[in-house]
Amino acid sequence: MSTLMSGARMLAECLAREGVDCMFGYPGGVTLPFYDVLYDHQIRHILVRHEENAAFAAEGYARATGKVGVCCATSGPGATNLTTGLVDAMMDSIPIVAITGQVTSKLIGSDAFQEADTFGITRPCTKHNYLVKRLEDLPQAIHEAFYVASTGRPGPVLVDITKDVLQAQGHYVPVTSIHLPGYKVFTEGHTGQIRRAAQLIQESERPLVYAGGGIIAADASEELREFVRLTDTPVVNTLMGLGSMPTEHPNFISMPGMHGSYAANMAMTGADLLIALGVRFDDRVTGRLAAFAPHAKIIHVDIDPAEVGKNRNPDVPIVGDVKRVLSKLNKILVETPAEAPPGNNETRAAARRGWWHQIREWKAAHPYDTSTSESEIKPQHLMAEIDRLSGGQAIVTSDVGQHQMWAAQLIRFNEPRLWINSGGLGSMGFGLPSAIGAQMARPEKLVFSISGDGGFQMAIPELATVANQGLPIKIIVMNNGYLGMVRQWQTLFYNDRLSSVELSCFPDAEKLAGAYGFKGRTISKPWELAAALKEAVDEPGPYLLNVKVTPFECVYPMVPAGSAINEMVLGPPQPVAVPAD
Amino acid sequence: MQQVISLILENKPGALMRVTGLLSQRGYNIESLTVARTLDPELSRMTIVVDVDSLQRAQVIKQMNKLINVLQANDLSEVPAVVRELVLLRIRTTQESRTAVLKEAEIFGGRVVDSSSEGFAIEVTGAPEKLGEFVDVMSAYGEVDVTRSGALAIALDSKKLRLQPPVPTVGQPHAQPAQK
Repeated sequence: MSTLMSGARMLAECLAREGVDCMFGYPGGVTLPFYDVLYDHQIRHILVRHEENAAFAAEGYARATGKVGVCCATSGPGATNLTTGLVDAMMDSIPIVAITGQVTSKLIGSDAFQEADTFGITRPCTKHNYLVKRLEDLPQAIHEAFYVASTGRPGPVLVDITKDVLQAQGHYVPVTSIHLPGYKVFTEGHTGQIRRAAQLIQESERPLVYAGGGIIAADASEELREFVRLTDTPVVNTLMGLGSMPTEHPNFISMPGMHGSYAANMAMTGADLLIALGVRFDDRVTGRLAAFAPHAKIIHVDIDPAEVGKNRNPDVPIVGDVKRVLSKLNKILVETPAEAPPGNNETRAAARRGWWHQIREWKAAHPYDTSTSESEIKPQHLMAEIDRLSGGQAIVTSDVGQHQMWAAQLIRFNEPRLWINSGGLGSMGFGLPSAIGAQMARPEKLVFSISGDGGFQMAIPELATVANQGLPIKIIVMNNGYLGMVRQWQTLFYNDRLSSVELSCFPDAEKLAGAYGFKGRTISKPWELAAALKEAVDEPGPYLLNVKVTPFECVYPMVPAGSAINEMVLGPPQPVAVPAD
Repeated sequence: MQQVISLILENKPGALMRVTGLLSQRGYNIESLTVARTLDPELSRMTIVVDVDSLQRAQVIKQMNKLINVLQANDLSEVPAVVRELVLLRIRTTQESRTAVLKEAEIFGGRVVDSSSEGFAIEVTGAPEKLGEFVDVMSAYGEVDVTRSGALAIALDSKKLRLQPPVPTVGQPHAQPAQK
């Protein structure tokens, strides 16, 4: 089968074949041929207002569904604007494919109008990238891009296509196979190692599951729950793994790390066995690495061999797809009776009961702060109210900073793919565009986009996209008038010298939303909160709710940089008496 | 410590950039890097010497192996291997020391590739440390100018190149261009 068509149409055909139903982008000079094809193509193109947000929206789409998200930008500034989103997807292992236009191949290297070395610039921002200068290479590159993005450890792949390729006419011969001889995907996991893992699990007295984004990427929540059912192991979820274990599950403790819970950090420190599943021992989780989980043997399961042993040498390394590894492990655990491991089983059973008792004590001793105030809205109060409306079912997106940490601490996620945040890169302005992608992908879902007043102002242009598409996103601004997390560090570590963190100007939310044709409101009193949130949720269209919260609240617990994770600061420092004069 | 890595990579645009970019991105210092085609013109072999903490050595290899254009990455510091380098040295020397210079070059197995009244150009191959000594010795006789090739290495035991098989593409090609 071969049909004569333009490169631009071939591109659209390849995308459609990969199952792309919608993409996010911004047109420009060199992508004109492609946009001409999109004019009457089945693929829905969502016009964003800045290319960075096209990448973030593609990420939101991918994070909400597991499918590859697609974004598109023109050459030069269009492509360079994508880079933050590409790195964001790289850091969080999110499968996206970015299509960029490039100047005509003859002009490459001549400093042509809107020329940038996209291929060079995006090399470290992507899992792999392509520069297509010949029409015959185009279909292969597109299908390879989707394959690389979505297999193994997922990630962003960029395909840069010159304008002459998009314009050229050629016979479209559908690609039937992909051959990447150097691309190794490890899926199965070494059976011997999995057996060793099972043995360690049965012998351990204080086991703990440390599960992360890999569980969500591998769609392994069910296998994780089965593992927990078989072993009654307590579970912590990293920021990226939230939702992989339902928050309400009795074995779920909470999130560990810099702003993790007391119980989770103490459990990490006290465990004699860490079952690390799809995690990368990130510095925000481990604190001072040398003091991390000092008593624990480590079983580390990850699909990326480079993550295994990168930060902490495991006792049992297992390179494989965590879904397959867990189902093999569960099978072994079912087949091997619990009495099988050597040693005194009664002592072990007693130790396990003691471990659970200890964890419950930790949980009870220092739960997350959920205090409220009668005069002001505390940020924790805001998150608790959003949680109440969500009931563990809504999609919640966030930027980076204080609001992100409070949301992660206090909002329940009873399914995977509900919590969408910029974890590794920590990009401000991520919440709103990623909510656009998520809502496009899952129109039936209630979507909250939570941002601080800083991050929201980075994403304001996308209010137009929200309005254009009529997306019923509930845009919540946790407005404390500051770049809260930076202010928190200045307060705690820089003698409260608040340098360039005060955001003294914020637009009137009602007028701002009104200018885009939807409803908005500002509230500042705790008694207004529940009703205002309800109004927002009940509104059939978008809603912008600007919530003025206590300005000087800090996120606790907090593990200061360089400390061990059991050395948490649990609350604000006691006021120091200032000598008179 | 110095780690000698031998890579086989696809001869594709940008492949070299991916390797060097990875090294600088991860903070590994490149001591030397050589690259040329293999018997198969679609592949290149690269020898890289990096200065890296010994605990990081496995990590460097794993990161290299993740590059899609890299077909094989071997740590030659761990297996029997030969490491050689070429140096081209130009020396200006006095009439009196010409004989001595030639004698010294001979000791290092050097070959004179150009001779003039002002001095010589000499090529020597050998283990990189040996070449350092050669340059030091020559410097005692006069002003020298040196070009070194960087290390070339080959493992003494062959390791089979394991290539991934092709995979079928997903989805069905549209019989007709899809339109609304």
